[in-house]
Amino acid sequence: MKAFLKYREIWLFAAIVVLIGLISTRFPAFADLGNLRQVFNDTSILMILALGQMVVILTRSIDLSMASNLCFTGMVVAMLNAAHPAIPIPLLIVIALLVGLVLGAVNGLLVWRLNIPSIVVTLGTLTIYRGATFVLSGGAWVNADKMSPDFIGFQRAAFLGIPVLSWIAILVIALFFVLMTRTALGRSIYAIGVNPTASVYAGIDVGRTKFIVFCISGMIGGLSGYLWISRYVIASVEVANGYELNIIAACVIGGISIAGGIGSVGGAVLGALFLGIISNALPVINISPFWQMAISGSAIILAVVLNARSERQQGRIILRKIEAVT
Amino acid sequence: MTDIPAPRHIPDRLDKPLRSAIFSWEALLVVVAVAIFAINSFASPYFLDPYSLSDLTFNFTEKGLIAFAMALLIISGEIDLSVAAIIALASTMMGMAVQAGAGTPVLVLIGIVIGLGCGAFNGLLVTRLGLPSIVVTIGTMSLFRGIAFIVLGDQAYKGYPESFAFFGQGYVWWVVSFELVLFLIAAVVYWFLLHRTSFGRRVFAIGNNPIAAQFSGVRVGRTKFILFCLTGLMSGIASVLITSRLGSTRPSIAQGYELEVITMVVLGGVSILGGAGSILGVVLAAFIMGLVTFGLGLLNVPGIVMSIFIGLLLIIVIALPIVWRRLRGGR
Repeated sequence: MKAFLKYREIWLFAAIVVLIGLISTRFPAFADLGNLRQVFNDTSILMILALGQMVVILTRSIDLSMASNLCFTGMVVAMLNAAHPAIPIPLLIVIALLVGLVLGAVNGLLVWRLNIPSIVVTLGTLTIYRGATFVLSGGAWVNADKMSPDFIGFQRAAFLGIPVLSWIAILVIALFFVLMTRTALGRSIYAIGVNPTASVYAGIDVGRTKFIVFCISGMIGGLSGYLWISRYVIASVEVANGYELNIIAACVIGGISIAGGIGSVGGAVLGALFLGIISNALPVINISPFWQMAISGSAIILAVVLNARSERQQGRIILRKIEAVT
Repeated sequence: MTDIPAPRHIPDRLDKPLRSAIFSWEALLVVVAVAIFAINSFASPYFLDPYSLSDLTFNFTEKGLIAFAMALLIISGEIDLSVAAIIALASTMMGMAVQAGAGTPVLVLIGIVIGLGCGAFNGLLVTRLGLPSIVVTIGTMSLFRGIAFIVLGDQAYKGYPESFAFFGQGYVWWVVSFELVLFLIAAVVYWFLLHRTSFGRRVFAIGNNPIAAQFSGVRVGRTKFILFCLTGLMSGIASVLITSRLGSTRPSIAQGYELEVITMVVLGGVSILGGAGSILGVVLAAFIMGLVTFGLGLLNVPGIVMSIFIGLLLIIVIALPIVWRRLRGGR
């Protein structure tokens, strides 16, 4: 099973290498190390978000409110910074994580305590959180000139030749890797996705784990809120509108099964990178950026078809045995 | 040999006591609708005017048309997130046809056929290849709208013929718009289809237990395929209406409609897990959403704030019966 999972990620990695190869035939500088680093940095936020979404999808749930959470938290942080430029950036990041945590916990509580399907809950909070952003800001924007230089500069500062944003992404990837492969919580997340009933008998509190999972995705949404606003230096109600589906797309391309239980940190990261490479490559090889949507749509469909092929070979064997007996 | 006992009489349907009708989902929706209606007419003097009430209907007719087909699809355990993208693609194709000099009947035909084709494409991917519909339609959503973006870029199609404007702007009688009439006809048709035909029973059977349905001789794949086609068809019709009402096509047309349509369906009491729901509920939910957005609009509440109310309404209306049951059950 583990060897099999690795197998799939290797295929995705190979697809990305081929993609970069194809692009560099038309624009050789694309495959430069410096440029690839740039692509990684550009994709950092999507990678972080995809990891947060991954843990939710693994438990057979879905979080549609991540982009709205990002928008709301980003606005909170930007307005705080505009009003009190003295607040140090690390404290702002902690605030962003906490605000995101609260928004995620609301989703989690509704799913856990009231047993409402997560797609319904987060469909509701998707509109509520974005609406709340408008109420909070009164529809006004926070522009670059209102933000402090530290606020904008923090993630752009280079550390060992790599921007802080990339380091944050690397840190988050490492944390998720440890969480998913080295902790009991990570194992229970997989267990719930594979078989919720069996998980209950194995002593896993399914509802509470789902609550924790939504708290994680909420914190990730909050963190991305700060990163997004300080990267694109504008906070408005329209920030990341519709981005929730991009996050899910990255997960799907990364081989995370929407039916839960299947997927890995490496897959989510590669899925996000795949989308990031396409959006970075289109302008340099002179294809209109309007093609991007259709291309990523086709990539999603292709990825689902290929993933479904490999998933299907598992679980059916038991059924066949039953058929043979009767 | 002993006598074989006479087969027990199994009633076609169970008696429904009045109490269950009073505490039904639809009754709750009626109460909510009446309450919102009353609040609105107190809050704004312009609300109880036949012309503004007529304007109100435009808020939900187009989405409501799709919601009927979506309700059937969700009852069968599938979902279609690409409906808004189908609207965009169909509208773009109609725009291209206008540039080529097509007349009104051809335009309508193109809109409907493109919608049907997109729905069939979704249906084939889901039923033939056995893929999860939520992921497939996220993909086709990007694909369909992506094609609209490739064709149009940042441009827009205009210059639709004058006779084409009737579908989205015309009135059949006094203040009764063509869109409203179409909405009501579709409501009756879908009510009949879901609650009075064997096709409808099959949809419920599939939603409750697809494997049992399969073994009972229901062609699950084919039924689901038809439902995807229907959803595409309704999106195509909605595309004709919206394009006609706006008189222009941009690739971002109807952005975000898919979530509003699904909200409408869920608010209408259709279980997102499949197997339960009614068309009456969806009709009521459509009215409620129209009332809320229009009422708040009269009070100059911006659209984005209205969405808070819609979101809260969705969660509260779903949570209310659960909390209620728990309080009474003493758990």
